[in-house]
Amino acid sequence: MSAVAVPVHDTAHGHDQAMDAGTFIRTYVFSLDHKIIGLQFLFSTLLWFLVGGLLALGIRWQLAWPWSDMPIIGRMLFSAEGGQISPEFYTTLFTMHATVMIFFVIIPILAGAFGNFLIPLMIGADDMAFPTLNMLSYWFMWPAFVCIGLSFLWPPYGAGGGWTSYPPLSAVPEAAPGSQWAQTMWLLGVTFVGVSSMMGSVNYMTTIIQMRAPGMTMFRLPMTIWAMFITAVLQAFALPVLTAAGFMQLMDRILGTGFFLPEGLIVNNSLPATGGGQPILWQHLFWFYSHPAVYIMILPAMGMVSDIIACFSRKPLFGYKPMVYSISGIAGLGFIVWGHHMFVSGMNPLLGMTFMVSTMMIALPSAVKVFNWLGTVWGGKIQFTTPMLFALSFVSMFIIGGLSGIFMAATPVDIFIHDTYFIVAHFHYVLFAGTAMAVMGAIYFWFPKMFGRMMDENLGKIHFFLTFIFLNGTFFTMHILGAVGFPRRLADPYDYETFRHLLPMNQFMTICAIAMVATQIIFAYNFIRSIFFGTPVGRNPWGANSLEWTAPSPPGHGNFDFQPIVYRGPYEYGSPEVDTDFYPQTQPPPSDPARRVQPEKH
Amino acid sequence: MHEELRVGRFWSILFLMVPVVGVGIFVWAMAGLWPMERHWLPENINDHGAVIDNLFLFILVLTGVIFIATGIALFWFLWKYDAAQNTQPAAFTHGSHTLEVVWSIIPAATLVFIAIYQMNAWADAKMRRPTLPDGRPKPETAEITGRQFEWRIRYPHTTVMEDVLDEHGKQVLDENGKPRRKIVRDASGRPAYIYGDDDVYVANDLHLPVNEEVVLKIKSQDVLHSFFLPNLRVKQDVVPGMKQFVWFRANKTGAYDIVCAELCGWGHYKMRGRVTFVSREDFDRWLTKTYDEQNRAEFKPVTGEAE
Repeated sequence: MSAVAVPVHDTAHGHDQAMDAGTFIRTYVFSLDHKIIGLQFLFSTLLWFLVGGLLALGIRWQLAWPWSDMPIIGRMLFSAEGGQISPEFYTTLFTMHATVMIFFVIIPILAGAFGNFLIPLMIGADDMAFPTLNMLSYWFMWPAFVCIGLSFLWPPYGAGGGWTSYPPLSAVPEAAPGSQWAQTMWLLGVTFVGVSSMMGSVNYMTTIIQMRAPGMTMFRLPMTIWAMFITAVLQAFALPVLTAAGFMQLMDRILGTGFFLPEGLIVNNSLPATGGGQPILWQHLFWFYSHPAVYIMILPAMGMVSDIIACFSRKPLFGYKPMVYSISGIAGLGFIVWGHHMFVSGMNPLLGMTFMVSTMMIALPSAVKVFNWLGTVWGGKIQFTTPMLFALSFVSMFIIGGLSGIFMAATPVDIFIHDTYFIVAHFHYVLFAGTAMAVMGAIYFWFPKMFGRMMDENLGKIHFFLTFIFLNGTFFTMHILGAVGFPRRLADPYDYETFRHLLPMNQFMTICAIAMVATQIIFAYNFIRSIFFGTPVGRNPWGANSLEWTAPSPPGHGNFDFQPIVYRGPYEYGSPEVDTDFYPQTQPPPSDPARRVQPEKH
Repeated sequence: MHEELRVGRFWSILFLMVPVVGVGIFVWAMAGLWPMERHWLPENINDHGAVIDNLFLFILVLTGVIFIATGIALFWFLWKYDAAQNTQPAAFTHGSHTLEVVWSIIPAATLVFIAIYQMNAWADAKMRRPTLPDGRPKPETAEITGRQFEWRIRYPHTTVMEDVLDEHGKQVLDENGKPRRKIVRDASGRPAYIYGDDDVYVANDLHLPVNEEVVLKIKSQDVLHSFFLPNLRVKQDVVPGMKQFVWFRANKTGAYDIVCAELCGWGHYKMRGRVTFVSREDFDRWLTKTYDEQNRAEFKPVTGEAE
């Protein structure tokens, strides 16, 4: 157990003092405070969320009205093509949409923003174990932002090899316009994100193991922290493989090695000098990271949703330990399922069978989690607040995303639906309808702790309702397209007789997508306005149990104005030991032994 | 208070709409009603493809049941335990060991069952290549090479083969106990070919015989492509440096799409081929005609350029 948390920071950095420029930079720019770093991550990722969303609209525009002039911005962006999206730029659009959303939004907003902000607060520490490393983990995102940003500015305007960057397309510069220097920038950018994530994950693991407040045993941690911990472990073990693979591809591109290039390759009439490599090797290395990364992108959301649902059901989380074992199981199995991305890749079909079994098994812990969330809601006193609505929609939507995963885990069925919109539907239900909705809920939930003010509940509910409707309009219909075999990544699928009649449905989806992005204006307005003009609140506006709600809102430097001592887990809502329906982790048990509840035996 | 009552009801019903509308859309698409005509699995013309469709529908029914059950449970709990409705105190429970065991074991068994249930179909599709009567793997009818952005098709010239017979007119067996085969030759000793003595090359326009097992060799010259025949439930990535085989048995004549399903560059969307299934006689006729057209050149090696 960690020693008593001692405030080590110089109190002269207090917010009340008049600041000179140096102090300002140390406090808000190169800050060592985990809360400021978390907010830096939050603001950066929300801006990139906007970029990624607009890129998605470009894709949707092309699919609904192929080769037609985009209104207003078409002429600005593609004046040479008469406002049309060119086929090269279409490949850039979906490559960059995925890259931005995965590497610049979902992973950093979960681990970077919420991990940073919440971990020390929820375990009762004054800051991260390594504040300088923490600061660097944010500032190492900037070379990545610059690399990817630069690749957009000059021809060929961005990498176009897909976010999976399969060689030889991505490794041979002659293969595609986007495989020229833009692909090198892409690889460097992703490597910098990796460096940042690695710094973060080392810090999170150390902090959670070493810096917990007295009494905060591992099984008294909130699910959010458990999920962040498991995520950090996943990052630390999987990421080096992606980094190594990225360098191998860089060497293939720059130094003329041949890790991924086979003998006798003739790409676009050029003969690469080397050979003897294997393109499928990249896929193995890439997915060895990127499948665990899928869980990196969902586990923290699951953790935060567990906390939100328990809080607004006013009831203990159902099956805390099974939940912990489930996320551990997901993390363990997550390392042996990467081959399910490669069933039709040319990998040995016998291997496909083993990956099918392991992939089927990873659905089990996810199912257990869903049942436990339903168990948590059962018998509660449910408050339909905005964060609760987002958390409930996570459960509802994650069921769809989880069940559609079973189709593609089944190898024979995957032969047909692989690389179709069925897959696109599946991962958007997990990552957008799941994770992004959970992140929205988490923003509404922890906003009062971040800024000491509430976001507007009515606007929040309108935002939720419209997003929920339009996201289903956009993504549910993708299942139907997938059943027809509608392929991904085609700039104009309507050339094919098989898919020609699907245009009206694509137009419907695009209209929903535009409406969904437009709905986020409500969120942006609510978010920015509430930072300055929201209703000020006290420490615990939701009546929640975990430690962050005992700190001031917003917490000052060093977080707690008292030494938190933890007596119980974070989910003792509705306990008969107290008269309130919540029971903070720091509140001592009743002095009268007759009032104390005997722990349940399972 | 009244407004609060309605609010909880509203959100409960919104979540009830997820299974209701979700299942509705699927049923609507399967029925092919307006405006979703032909918004379902495209026509399957492969004898081996029906099993994939059946497995798809099997998983759809199974997941559909879970989807409906969990969706309705979520709705009912929200409806019943809405704080504005529920006068009981919240149940102070931390879980149930029995329930955890039950809802771990049942899905685990189901999932293992689904996995094992798929294996035979997978092996048929990817591992059990059709064989000749003598047990050797059936050779390919055509070799297809993906390149940016077309499918190059080569029909290898095929010699006519016959069994080797001994002086009593009986088959001669080789060391494996299979009948020994030899090339049929004409009087001057030249091999006899089925349609001509050179390969036939075409691009994007694949012709194949119907009602027989067809094996195709697929490969790539430059980047990854994926050879996708939606109507035959066939998909296989083609990888430069690798030779792979796909097989199927079409049961209907007609022309169908060949789709490239793996990103292969800016022109990925237009890497479109057609496969036409015709009867064996029409196929041989087509192959001979294409061979003749290919070899009807003005250039003759003996005379040089035609005068």
